[in-house]
Amino acid sequence: MSIDVSDLAALRVERVRAIAGRLRELRGPLLPILHAVQHELGHVDPADVPVIADVLNIAVAEVHGVVTFYRDFRREPGGRATVRICRAEACQAVGAEALAAHATRRLGVGFGETTSDRAISLDEVFCLGNCALGPAVQVDGTLHGRVSPARLDALLGEVATA
Amino acid sequence: MVAERLTAAGADVVRTGSRGMLWLEPLVEVETPAGRVGYGPVAPEDVDGLVAAGMLAAPERPTRRAETSDSPEGGRVVHPGPASPAIRHGESGVYLGLVEDLPWMRRQQRVTFARVGVVDPLSADDYVTHGGLTGLRAALRTSPTAVVEAVVESGLRGRGGAGFPTGIKWRTVLGAEADVKFVCCNADEGDSGTFADRMLIEGDPFTLIEGMTIAAHAVGATEGYVYLRSEYPDAVETLTAAIGVARERGWLGERILDSDLTFDLHVRVGAGAYICGEETSMLESLEGKRGQVRAKPPIPALEGLFGRPTVVNNVLSLASVPAILADGAASYAALGVGRSRGTSVFQLGGNVARGGIVETAFGITLGELVEDLGGGTASGRPARAVQVGGPLGAYLPVEKFDLSMDYEAFTEAGAMLGHGGIVVFDDTVDMAAMARFAFSFCAEESCGKCTPCRVGAVRGVETIDRIRTGQDREKNLVLLEDLCELMTDGSLCAMGGLTPMPVRSAVQHFGEDFTR
Ligand SMILES: Cc1cc2nc3c(=O)[nH]c(=O)nc-3n(C[C@H](O)[C@H](O)[C@H](O)COP(=O)(O)O)c2cc1C
Ligand code: SF4
Ligand code: FES
Repeated sequence: MSIDVSDLAALRVERVRAIAGRLRELRGPLLPILHAVQHELGHVDPADVPVIADVLNIAVAEVHGVVTFYRDFRREPGGRATVRICRAEACQAVGAEALAAHATRRLGVGFGETTSDRAISLDEVFCLGNCALGPAVQVDGTLHGRVSPARLDALLGEVATA
Repeated sequence: MVAERLTAAGADVVRTGSRGMLWLEPLVEVETPAGRVGYGPVAPEDVDGLVAAGMLAAPERPTRRAETSDSPEGGRVVHPGPASPAIRHGESGVYLGLVEDLPWMRRQQRVTFARVGVVDPLSADDYVTHGGLTGLRAALRTSPTAVVEAVVESGLRGRGGAGFPTGIKWRTVLGAEADVKFVCCNADEGDSGTFADRMLIEGDPFTLIEGMTIAAHAVGATEGYVYLRSEYPDAVETLTAAIGVARERGWLGERILDSDLTFDLHVRVGAGAYICGEETSMLESLEGKRGQVRAKPPIPALEGLFGRPTVVNNVLSLASVPAILADGAASYAALGVGRSRGTSVFQLGGNVARGGIVETAFGITLGELVEDLGGGTASGRPARAVQVGGPLGAYLPVEKFDLSMDYEAFTEAGAMLGHGGIVVFDDTVDMAAMARFAFSFCAEESCGKCTPCRVGAVRGVETIDRIRTGQDREKNLVLLEDLCELMTDGSLCAMGGLTPMPVRSAVQHFGEDFTR
């Protein structure tokens, strides 16, 4: 038996509609809905936008404007793991730029990109609140401090094989 | 890991927040009759040796527990019996003696952070045992006006950056008529070099909840929101859990502590936009919109969230309120210098040997913080520059280390305290590169509403690139200054308005980096 693409798309519409329906009563529901969609479905697809707009009874352009304003919302699927490297001042003071260069070289992608095997998405971030223990890196939400290039390689190795 | 090994060795381990001594983590504190004795940093493989040397020795009476730090490998051991002197020079881990006696702790006056690193963050009983709710109970016994005036008298000024008197803001909200009023906590903490909001929320979330509840009573608000940045997933989890516990205990909801006060609190997670720390942008974001800055007036105190009167305060401002109500405005106002009253929670970061949280009265010098407490650079090279107050704050040279840490002294020096973050750089820093970064950060994070900021920041990057590559250097330095003036005078908010501060201070104090 095979499931065709239109079935998958219909399934996704149902899930997005359910998420939006569940949260629509909150005050200012749009950001919580977008976070929930991304959390449950991995990204906020352009096709999700009219569905959310419909549930909230607001313009499609408004939802689109919000999705594109915030750095957090991915508009295409990310990698299986997300690695975020802090590039703000306190981390720069202890070698964050060298670490960033090492990461892009080692993964062969730029910031905001995903490796071709879809294992890792590399993102930059401006401060993780770990500024006394930089360079700071977040791997799937877990914070790491004093990350040297060697330590980064070890962390990347762990997620690549996970 | 450390916690697991300690548990295996028979200790009763409790996880606390961080004491703020980040270079000593994972820190293990063992409760003894004399007080808590510290060991740190402790690696998992150190544990067996420490235990064998008597770390958990001879409990005459079982005390409650031992304790550790914030760090994921931590845990806290609370336990009995004086630590055996044998451990003092133990080979593994480092015996620190009584934690309260460490020079780093003795130099501090912990008021807002009194419980952080001491209590189990999610234990309501711990909270009450350590003085929690005293401020709220005192507030509920008096009128809203009396609470507002106490906050005015304390001299508390906003810790989020602008330093506006908190009590005066509350007075405006109290005086406004509306069907509903809000209390919003700004926990966006986007500034590089700042992490006190995170440490407070992860280490003692009930204090923030109590402070917001006092604010609600003071201004007549029924609903509160904490706008917490998405970069802090652990803080989101801890605060959400703490709000659940507070509801169960009747510290939130209807008839709080059997009074007439009704107030409930919700967490909203940001989405990776620095500008959403600006209060009107934060309100737009809370409403589910793009985080574009609103023109003021109207001020949020009168027309804030969904157009209703709204208190917007930083985490540290709100978390300082319970102590003010508990111990009296006068005791808070007794600390500090000039018009900077009370304590400030400074954060040492960047290239610093001993980074972490230092809460002390205003008036300590920059040099005392960086050298005495911070121990100079982590690299061991000479310190060259410090940036105080986040990405919009000034870069200061070591010649300014005698500067008093207070609002007025900093303003006079062409700098700002901001949220109290201090980032140290050693002599390898290229200050022209840092000035360029200030512009590129502004270009990246601008909300796009006004031209001086949106276009000025991009022009700034280009101009510095020309200066750095030696094209018409003199002419471009003049152009740079004109651009800074334009942004300062013409920007709608402090994002564009203050980006010139790091740039100009870099040119002023480190001019040689722009001419080589
Ligand atoms: C670009 C920009 C970013 C800001 N970021 C924060 C922030 O992350 N946290 C904060 O409390 N205040 C921030 N502020 C200051 C707020 O606008 C506001 O003054 C503050 O939240 C008021 O609270 P307070 O009086 O308790 O300080 C920022 C201001 C600007 C212009
Ligand atoms: S100064 Fe910048 S961030 Fe502030 S309103 Fe103008 S464009 Fe937006
Ligand atoms: S600057 Fe990197 S964690 Fe704060």
